[in-house]
Amino acid sequence: MRPLTDEETKTMFEKLSKYIGENIKLLVDRPDGTYCFRLHNDRVYYMSEKILKLATNIARDKLVSVGTCFGKFTKTQKFRLHITALDFLAPYAKGFGVAAKSTQDCRRVDPMAIVVFHQADVGEFIRNEDALT
Amino acid sequence: MGRKLDPTNKVKRGPGKKAKKQRGAETELAKFLTEDDNEPKRLSSRGRKRAAKRSQSKKPEQNQKPAKGRTDENNKWLKPAKRKRKTEEPENEDDSDEHWESDADEEEEEMEMLQMKGKKKSVATKQEEEDEEEEEDDDDDKPEEEMVDDYGTQEDGGEEEDESDGEELLPIERAAKKDKKLKQSVSPESGDDDEDEDEDEDDDEEEKDDSDAEEEEEDTVQANIDEVDSDTFRLPKAEETEKEGVMPLDLKQIYQRIKDNIEVLCNFSTKREEGKDRSDYISLLKKDLCMYYSYNSFLIEKLIDLFPLSELVEFLEANEIHRPVTIRTNTLKTRRRDLAQALINRGVNLDPLGKWSKVGLIIYDSSVPVGATPEYLAGQYMLQGASSLLPVMALSPQEGEYVLDMSSAPGGKTTYIAQLMRNTGIIVANDVNADRLKSVVGNIHRLGVTNTVVCNYDGRQFPKVMGGFDRVLLDAPCSGTGVIAKDPAVKTSKDEADILRSAHLQKELLLSAIDSVNAESATGGYLIYCTCSIMVEENEWVVDYALKKRNVKLVPTGLDFGSEGFTRAQVPSNTAPHSEILSSHSQHGWILCKEEKLEADNATAATSSEEKSSDQIKVKTVPAKGATSQSQTNGKSTKKPNGKKDLQTGAKKAKIQKTDEKTVPKAKKPEATTQESNASKPEKKEGKKFEKKLGKMKKTPMKAKKRMGRNKFKMLKHMLQKAEKQ
Repeated sequence: MRPLTDEETKTMFEKLSKYIGENIKLLVDRPDGTYCFRLHNDRVYYMSEKILKLATNIARDKLVSVGTCFGKFTKTQKFRLHITALDFLAPYAKGFGVAAKSTQDCRRVDPMAIVVFHQADVGEFIRNEDALT
Repeated sequence: MGRKLDPTNKVKRGPGKKAKKQRGAETELAKFLTEDDNEPKRLSSRGRKRAAKRSQSKKPEQNQKPAKGRTDENNKWLKPAKRKRKTEEPENEDDSDEHWESDADEEEEEMEMLQMKGKKKSVATKQEEEDEEEEEDDDDDKPEEEMVDDYGTQEDGGEEEDESDGEELLPIERAAKKDKKLKQSVSPESGDDDEDEDEDEDDDEEEKDDSDAEEEEEDTVQANIDEVDSDTFRLPKAEETEKEGVMPLDLKQIYQRIKDNIEVLCNFSTKREEGKDRSDYISLLKKDLCMYYSYNSFLIEKLIDLFPLSELVEFLEANEIHRPVTIRTNTLKTRRRDLAQALINRGVNLDPLGKWSKVGLIIYDSSVPVGATPEYLAGQYMLQGASSLLPVMALSPQEGEYVLDMSSAPGGKTTYIAQLMRNTGIIVANDVNADRLKSVVGNIHRLGVTNTVVCNYDGRQFPKVMGGFDRVLLDAPCSGTGVIAKDPAVKTSKDEADILRSAHLQKELLLSAIDSVNAESATGGYLIYCTCSIMVEENEWVVDYALKKRNVKLVPTGLDFGSEGFTRAQVPSNTAPHSEILSSHSQHGWILCKEEKLEADNATAATSSEEKSSDQIKVKTVPAKGATSQSQTNGKSTKKPNGKKDLQTGAKKAKIQKTDEKTVPKAKKPEATTQESNASKPEKKEGKKFEKKLGKMKKTPMKAKKRMGRNKFKMLKHMLQKAEKQ
């Protein structure tokens, strides 16, 4: 477990700001204490400092999860949010929508076309349980 | 596809995948099965069985009779009767159903017994299954046919009238009649065995009714069974047991024998057979129980030791009963009322769990999968057995505390702790199995718990990794003998070695758990030890061991049901903590034990409660040496186990045993340093055993010392090893 590097911080905050804009500040400075992000096994965890202190006692290979997992860095250093971050993002969410062709239309597209449309949903708690940490 | 399945055409043998799960379907199926074309086959197989039996039993007479049992006269008479039956069959079924219902009204128990039977059946071969169903559902048909088969011979002469009367009689009456006739016409010796069997088959339902009803009826219907009653149950002779090995098993007969046997054992002086030893009866009982409930002999032996005989069968039966699904509301995200409303709108039939829980709901049935509703995915509830709520309730974590859950997977208890603490403080959720931790993480995130650290240590390493917890929950790995209903594999897979192995592990874990507790904690200093096993070895003995090894004492769990543990179980005397047997609530059995870690001598506050509870138990201050010494040093009888026995509510069958042992060690305040020092001295004298304890009791400086000692020891060891190598 280690603090994020500048680059990682930047990547992650860019991603977060797409969803909650300027409200990232509110995530870090909370009335109930300071919260911070830490990187562990390519995953970004969000936790209070109190828990952070305690978690430093635990060997790296024995630590599975601390606080809440926000998302992970891919091997190409992109940041992917996990469904587990939903609770923290939802209160500040900017409100955005997605436009896509309807399922009917997708059936009628050019045979060579590839349709990929993936949205996060709470079903990931079960479907992706193994990948949450 | 599945819907097109026509049960009437069902030919497959053996219970299908679904047959196992869909209990209750048998009664439905039976309606079709009566018209099944393999009915004659069934008869013939039965006939074969009987023929085989008869051939083994003495009378050649009987051998011939089933074959050409009917005289011409009888044939004339019987054939029309049979035809009549056939045309009436549908009606009969209805009748029989009604019969059942009315029976059920009369006797709740009967239904349960039936279910039990049903379960058994699903395991049995298809053939048997059909047989039994037939027996259960068309009682009208069956007795008649059997009469024809079995008794035609004896009823040959001039008893046709009786027989025809018999048709109008209730099956039980018919059976009674038959018995009478049998008695009259056959010498008791020869008929005895067969009679029992036939009775069993014919009286099928009645037997399954509670024995009271049966006996009553028998008493009224036929007087002479009274005589038989007294010697009804006799131990089978050697050749009979031999025969049993060869013959296909008749479960009902065995069940009846179990019941009779237990009755004899309960009133041994009056009902015993002359010259037979109690051990004879017991060994037969063991054999029958193993066969009927398909346990291995080791487990049955243990259970016989553990339960009074009257409760033994109840326990075994309870293990066959399916437990309803229960869920726990996640109060971090919703309220129980809102959740219940939301689920009801989805077509879930539910009820609050009970007065003792404000968050539990029982799900009776549901039109949607309960584990995949949007509410579930949003973390509003957790699927969790009611019994696993109790350890956490007993732990009663407070806000802002520092809690360790030593074996946390799959996270049910951990999240409950978090919810009781309202996401404050810190929870360390540990589990030794990395794979199982995935579900812990999933559940923690889903339920919105943010105050946890999940780690993957062996629990035994614990005080080293970190310690000083306000409360510790140790849900120890165990043999699972309390949750056989959940995992029937336990019935056959456990043996002595398994039990001892897990007991050993439990002791180690418990000691590390105790060491991880901060005795000085202002709010806590408690430890809960719980298992889902009912073995004394894994509960009372373990706790007793900890009591001897560490300065802890038992305190009341604060749960108002359950029964106390055994205070002196068998060989090694042990004090049971107040382990609670939760029979009621149709939940699993757990044992929990709450211990308080004593810092110095005794906790004044805790003692009062202990004493209170102690009167309920016959306890003595533990006989064990360690214990006694401890108690002496403590000055007060900290060690008394307190137990309360409430439970065992209504339905006996519903009784399950989950015993939870909670050991809560609480460190008492350094109230009197002087006392402490006094106390500590004697303890030291007591021996090394207590040194550790003392260290704990003494507070951090001591602890530090202890640590140093360990390290030093290790270093020493290391050096020694090196030296040896060189």
